[in-house]
Parts: sequence; structure tokens; C-alpha cells
Amino acid sequence: MPADGGIGASTRRREDVRFLTGQGRYTDDINIHNQAHVFFLRSDMAHGRINGIDISAAEKMPGVLKVFTAADFAEVGGIPCGWQVTDRFGEPMQEPKHPVLAEGFVRHVGEPIAAVVADTLQQARDAAEAIEVDIEALPAVVDMAAALEDGAQKVHEDLKSNLCYDWGFVEENRDAVDEAIRKAPHVTTLELVNQRLVANPVEPRVAIGVHDRADDEYTLYTTSQNPHVIRLLMGAFVLGIPEHKLRVVSPDVGGGFGTKIFHYQEEAFCTFAAKVVNRPVKWRASRSEAFMSDAQGRDHVTKIELALDEEGHFLAIRTSTLANMGAYLSTFAPSVPTWLHGTLMAGNYRTPLIYVNVRAVFTNTVPVDAYRGAGRPEATFQLERVIDKAARELGIDPVEIRRRNFITEFPYETPVALTYDTGDYHATMDKLMELADRDGFEARAAESKKRGRLRGFGVNCYIEACGIAPSNLVGQLGARAGLYESATVRVNATGSVTVMTGSHSHGQGHETAFPQVIASMIGIDPSQVEIVHGDTARVPMGMGTYGSRSLAVGGSAMVRAAEKVIDKARKIAAHLLEASAEDIELKEGRFTVKGTDKSVAWGDVTLAAYVPHNYPLEDLEPGLEETAFYDPANFTYPAGAYACEVEVDPETGKVTVERFAAVDDFGTIVNPMIVDGQVHGGLGQGIGQALLEGCVYDDEGQLLTASYMDYAMPRADDLPFYSVDHSCATPCTHNPLGVKGCGEAGCIGSPPTIVNAVVDALQRAGHDVTHIDMPLTPSRVWAAMQG
Amino acid sequence: MTEVSMTVNGRPVRADVPDNTLLADFLRENLELTGTHVGCDTAQCGACVVHVNGRAVKSCNIFALECEGAEVATIEGEAAPDGTLSAIQQAFQDHHGLQCGFCTPGMVMSAKALLAENPEPTEAEIRAYLKGNICRCTGYHNIVRAIMAASGQDVSNIAAE
Repeated sequence: MPADGGIGASTRRREDVRFLTGQGRYTDDINIHNQAHVFFLRSDMAHGRINGIDISAAEKMPGVLKVFTAADFAEVGGIPCGWQVTDRFGEPMQEPKHPVLAEGFVRHVGEPIAAVVADTLQQARDAAEAIEVDIEALPAVVDMAAALEDGAQKVHEDLKSNLCYDWGFVEENRDAVDEAIRKAPHVTTLELVNQRLVANPVEPRVAIGVHDRADDEYTLYTTSQNPHVIRLLMGAFVLGIPEHKLRVVSPDVGGGFGTKIFHYQEEAFCTFAAKVVNRPVKWRASRSEAFMSDAQGRDHVTKIELALDEEGHFLAIRTSTLANMGAYLSTFAPSVPTWLHGTLMAGNYRTPLIYVNVRAVFTNTVPVDAYRGAGRPEATFQLERVIDKAARELGIDPVEIRRRNFITEFPYETPVALTYDTGDYHATMDKLMELADRDGFEARAAESKKRGRLRGFGVNCYIEACGIAPSNLVGQLGARAGLYESATVRVNATGSVTVMTGSHSHGQGHETAFPQVIASMIGIDPSQVEIVHGDTARVPMGMGTYGSRSLAVGGSAMVRAAEKVIDKARKIAAHLLEASAEDIELKEGRFTVKGTDKSVAWGDVTLAAYVPHNYPLEDLEPGLEETAFYDPANFTYPAGAYACEVEVDPETGKVTVERFAAVDDFGTIVNPMIVDGQVHGGLGQGIGQALLEGCVYDDEGQLLTASYMDYAMPRADDLPFYSVDHSCATPCTHNPLGVKGCGEAGCIGSPPTIVNAVVDALQRAGHDVTHIDMPLTPSRVWAAMQG
Repeated sequence: MTEVSMTVNGRPVRADVPDNTLLADFLRENLELTGTHVGCDTAQCGACVVHVNGRAVKSCNIFALECEGAEVATIEGEAAPDGTLSAIQQAFQDHHGLQCGFCTPGMVMSAKALLAENPEPTEAEIRAYLKGNICRCTGYHNIVRAIMAASGQDVSNIAAE
């Protein structure tokens, strides 16, 4: 570990002190003087026509300031979608309006119909009970296949059908893939469900809208992963507030996992209502509201076919998916099953021909959008499951079949439009075999058998694409946003540094890790560096944190800004040392004239920048502050190999995870402790998906899992200790730090590991089971064992 | 409105509150002790765990009026008056037992209750005890390690076994 606390040090997190002592400042901890509270009356019906809303009784209830319905939002735009997918016929996707409050119809359980703003939350809630809504029930569209049948009930009357888009990728490969599969010596087919999940950060969403009538300025405090994105979407498309009059603040945020990326109705409502009632308006989601209103994740139904030759070499992949959009298009929903999923279908393997078809479907369910991994877990799961099935059909060891198909030369251009810059998949697999102690498996299996348990070994690889970019490419793919990141590096007169970053930390430890980078670059102590984030009034326009992009994109912007600062400081130092700037080097916090003992300290140079008495004023402006916007040339490609051992209780079907080993290639690592933690957390969520979690609607579109009592969140006794390793590092070739991104890997790689292991356990025990859909609950596993 | 008085982190407090005021809301709204968090409303997540008369209690599931005369301890009273972290708090920082920090106050208060009952718990005992505390960030690995470390156990070589 570097002694200086710079890059590579497992520095303890500075933010922990406030979190551990109850001094964190989350949005719900903020109360604005004279604030009112809003309670949303939400639909308890999945689909219906609103014939009338009578608010007259509610308006007269104690403490009520105003009752809002869609009529109050007639001049306001809908919640915009930030990504337009073009279908395989060249047509844009179908894009319904997403109103702030339901307009004429309710389309999912939980959709807000009316909102009461009152002095207290209790008064608002009581008054909402007095609202009379006349809703005529319509048939609910829940099943995706049924939704696409001719004559199916439509979720949106004004759209042609329930099909959002029919996307083909790469469309030109379609015929060649069909032919390769037709002619292949062996084709393995697998139909599977990647079930709907709920991200469930433990902090529910909160929004507080404030309007200052004197200056006509708005402030929104919100639990967001990307405050500038909210400011842009809400200001420009919903409320028509110019950006200089709208400040968005995301203070400490209690976990995001994707679901706090998106712009939600409640944010627009509180901001809008604050002006109307001329008081700050606060909303906090209950957990059940979170289940009904936070964008949910996954929900793919897929058929995948893998064509192989007799030796197990992959010849072609054809995959067809139905992807649930829910009732409306959440901010980035259309991109998840397409560009974040189809492009990942090559995995770690040389497959010459790939064709991906995705049909996105509207249903009367809560909107679906990115959840940790976003499209990449769905790609990895189907690919790694079908490979495992193929290996068993061909009698090839599951590790060997993967090795036989590994990409070994880089850069590698996949048939699904990505260019992997680096990787060493054999080295990663070698390390995994050692870490997982595969050689010891048989002995452990025998020991399990003695106890009446079935033990299985599961293994798979994953690749992901992080830091989605560059902006001009994603624009062509339909993104309605840029995907750069910004940073301002402000050097203070006495040499300390304040970094304003567009990245946002909601658990990732930026306040600790980012200063480690600056400290290494300048040679000062990390305690001399402060990170500012999460406030549009304080940081330059930035895109926030999602898709494991913070260090790869935000960190790169910070490095670029710091390089500019150092470049200028070097010129100042050259002046002070009466030398040429080219001869000045910065090391351990001192500028030295190369080959001499002449030097000047960092702090003396920074002071000269702000007290420019002895200063080259004719050539340089005073001051030491620079901003950079970094737009990456490519994605980064973290990759890894995971293995686990499970035990199945044949009496009950209960699965326990006995061992889990994860070997990840994240390139350069700034803080190994934080990276380990990110992997642990991802594994927890991935194992949760594999064994426990599932969001369930009944045939009427009623949400059956709307609390922590119904939705099985992983708890401490559901999960094991993990063995993680990231020693097989191949640094990214196109960003200044060589970093790749580590936030989602665990969640992407682990679901197939668990399912592969359970299938292995059952097959070893003689059961003819080739697949079980997640979550692998005791009842599902037990039923599979009964044939 | 009914008057309620109790001792919170050693300080006597008194307020008039509606009868249906939950202890969590009393702490957060009346006393502005916002370290106690509410994450689920149904006594599942444990972010709101405080101690009432020495017992770990989910403060979202008990009325403030039920705590009349009680000794209540919250996360704000856990560190020493000069800010020095308690052994449990320090172990959570040293072993990266928190990420977003939202569940952390409840985790620390539950861990404290566990170690008071069982000074050297096994991994399995810790995992079982934390059933009522949900963390979505850490996968629990480092929380379990931190609690083992806080109880004086060597956790330097812990990994999957």
C-alpha cells in the first residue's frame, strides 16, 4: 500500500465519520422553514378510465392548502424520455405521454391521480381519503406475449399497439445468423426469464421543492444520482424553468442502484406546487410508495440459441427477447434492452455471428428502467446459461468450453459493435480456479453428501461495458444527452485543492477516492483535497453517476483539469526559479529544476498565483483554477470470472451458497478497499436475484410485492463471505488513469454462477434438470427435482 | 396532544406530541436527531433501531408515548463527547462496513445490542442477529467482519470458506 495515501491505498473513508455518528445529511433530514407536505393519491387499479375526480370535500379539510389534479398541469409538459430507439425498420419507437398526474386514465398501480398539499403530512393524508375518484376498470395488460397479440387491450389508446419497438441488431447479420444456425452441427436452445426486480435502496426517494417569489428562483432537493440531468429534464421539458433559475441539490443519498437516475413526477410536482402554494413542499416516499413508483428493473423473457461445432467452438448466437417497459417510458428505459444489452452478447468469446432481436412492450405495470447492471446482467445471464447447457450437452467441461472460445487478442472488434481494448481472460480464469479451489470440490461434495446435501459447482465469465460514450456515438444511437463528465479543480491560495465534480456519490466513496488521485498527481496529502458534488449551483454541468462511470469518466475529467492546473503551476514555478518550464518537474509537492537542487514548494507556487507580486503577469493570468469536460473515446471493459459452490437440501429444495469466488479485471485500482466493497455489494444483489428476489403482479396487474414483508431482500444470513481478487489487471488503454469501473460487476456476473451451480448439483444427483428460472426458491428447486 | 418526557442520550427531553407520534418521528422531527432513519415503515429494514432502556427497538414501530420515562440511546450518543468513535463505529470504518450510510445507524445500534448480549459472537450468530437490519450496499461481508473485529476477533484472513 502506498504510504502517501495516493493511488492504490486502501484509505479509510472520510465520509464514514458523519455516517457513523448520525451526522449524514440526507434529503429527508432537510426541513425548510414554513414547508408544507404533499401526499399523493395513487391508483389502486392497474388500468382504468377516470370519469371524474371530486376534490370538493378534500379541499375543505383542515390544513389543506390545495388539491392538485391533472387539470392543474395542463400547461406543463410530460415527463420526458431520454433515449429514442429506432426500430429495425427505421421507424422511431412509440412514445406515449407520461403526465405528472394521471390524465384521463390510470395505467399502473401506484400512478399518482391527485395530490394534496397541506400544513402537515397527516392532514394531507386525511384529506386524500376524502377525494372521490370515479374510475371505470379496464382490462389490465400484464403478460407481455398476450399484450402483443392482435386485438389485445391497449395500454395507451392513442398508440398503434402495445409494441414500443421491434429492434434488430445487427440487422444486416440476420440472414447470415439464421443460415449458420441452420447448418450448425449442434444448436443449444434455452428459454428463460430474467425476472422483474426492485432496486430498493434503503433510503426511499424524497423531494422538496422551494420557490423564491422575490427572485423567481426554484430549488429542488432530491435523492438523485445526477442533479444536473434532473435540472435539464425538468427545467427544459416539464416545467419550462430556465436553468439559471433552477438549482437542484442531491445531498447525501442513501443508495441509488440506478433507480435514482431518473426524473420522476414527484420532483416536478414539488417544484411546481411550491410556486403555486407559495411555500416549500416536501414529499417522502413510504416503502410501499417506493415499490409502486420507483422504476423497476430487468423483466426480460428470452429465447437464446447457440450454434457450435463438434469441438464446442461457438459459431453463431441468435437471441430473441420481450422486454417489459411498464406503462410509461422511464428516462432511459428504451436503451436498457437494446444498446446496453445487445452490444454485450459477445461476452468474453469469439462468436463470429450474432443477431439480437428485442421487442419492448407496454404493460399496466410500474415503469422499468436501469437497475444495477442494466441490460448487461440480462445479456450475461442468457449467454452464460446457454454456454453451460451446451457444455453439458456436448460433454465438455464448463471451464474448458469457455477457454476454447476466449478472445485472446486485443483490441478485439465484436460482431455487436464494440471494440474491447484490453483483457486477459485466461489469466482471470486461472486465478479463479486457484481462488475457488476447484480441485478441492470433489472432497467437499463428498462431505456434503454425507450430510445429505447435494453440492454443485458453478462457473461463468462476464464482460461489461462501463462509462458509455462517446457522446457523438451515443447521440447516433438515440441518446438525448451527452455522456461526458466535468470537473473543476480549484487550487486555493495556500495550496489545498477543492474539486467540483459532476459525478455523484451515493455510497461509492468519491470523497475519499478522488482526493487520492489528486494527491498522487501533486504529491500532497489527500487531506488537502476536498470534493464537492451534488449541487448544480456549485459544480459545473455534469452527468452524474451510473453505469460504473464515476472514476473512468468523472475521474478522467478531474485528471484533465488537474493536468491543466499543474501545467500552469509549472509555468509559475519556472518564473520563480528563473528556469524554463520544460525543465521543471513536480514531485512530492515540490517543483524542481531537473538535475539541480533548486526547488519551490507547491504551496509557494499556489500562493504566488493569488498574490502575484513576483509573477509573469504579461504571460499568465493570476489564479489557479481549471475546468475540464472529458468525453471518453470508448467504453471501458471490465471482465471477470466467477465461481461458487452451493448446497441443495433435497428434502426442501433450499439452496445455500457455501463458497463464492470472484476474480475481476478492473484495470488500475485507486482504493482496493472500496473496490472490494463494490464487488461484495454487487454479489449480494446478484445472489439476491438468483435466490430470493422477484417483483410479482397478479393477472389484474395488482402489485403483490409492495413491502419488505413480501419482496425478499437478501439479509445477512442469506449470504456468505466472498473471496474477491483483482490482481489480473489489464489497464484501460484510453483513459488517463487506466481505470475500468467496478460498480456493477458483481451484480452482472453472479446470477448465472448460482444457477449454473444449482443445475450442477441436481444433475450430479441424477436429476434431469437443465434450467430453473430465478429466483431459485425452495419450492421451485424442489418442484424441479420432482420432474 | 399529550406531553411526553424521556431521557435521550443522557439529556432529559419533554414535548407535546399527537398520540400517534412514532418514536422515530419524535426523534427526527421534535428533537432533530436525524441520524435515526426510516427506510420501510414496516419494521423490516432496521434503519431506525435505537435502544430503549438498553434494548434494541425499531423506533418506527413504537409510539413516543410508550417511551414515557425511558432511557433512549440513539446513534448521536454513540461516539464520545469529544467525537472519538466507539469501538463498534471505529470497526465499521476500519473494515468498510458501510457505503451509503443510510442503514448504518441501525446496524451500529443492533451490533451494540448484540455485543452486549454476546461479547464474542460467531459469524453465524452475527448473521442471524442482523436478520432485522437490511443493507443494500455491502452484501453484509464487511458488516459481519466489522462486528467480529469490534468483539476482538482477528478478521484479517476472512474470505469465503
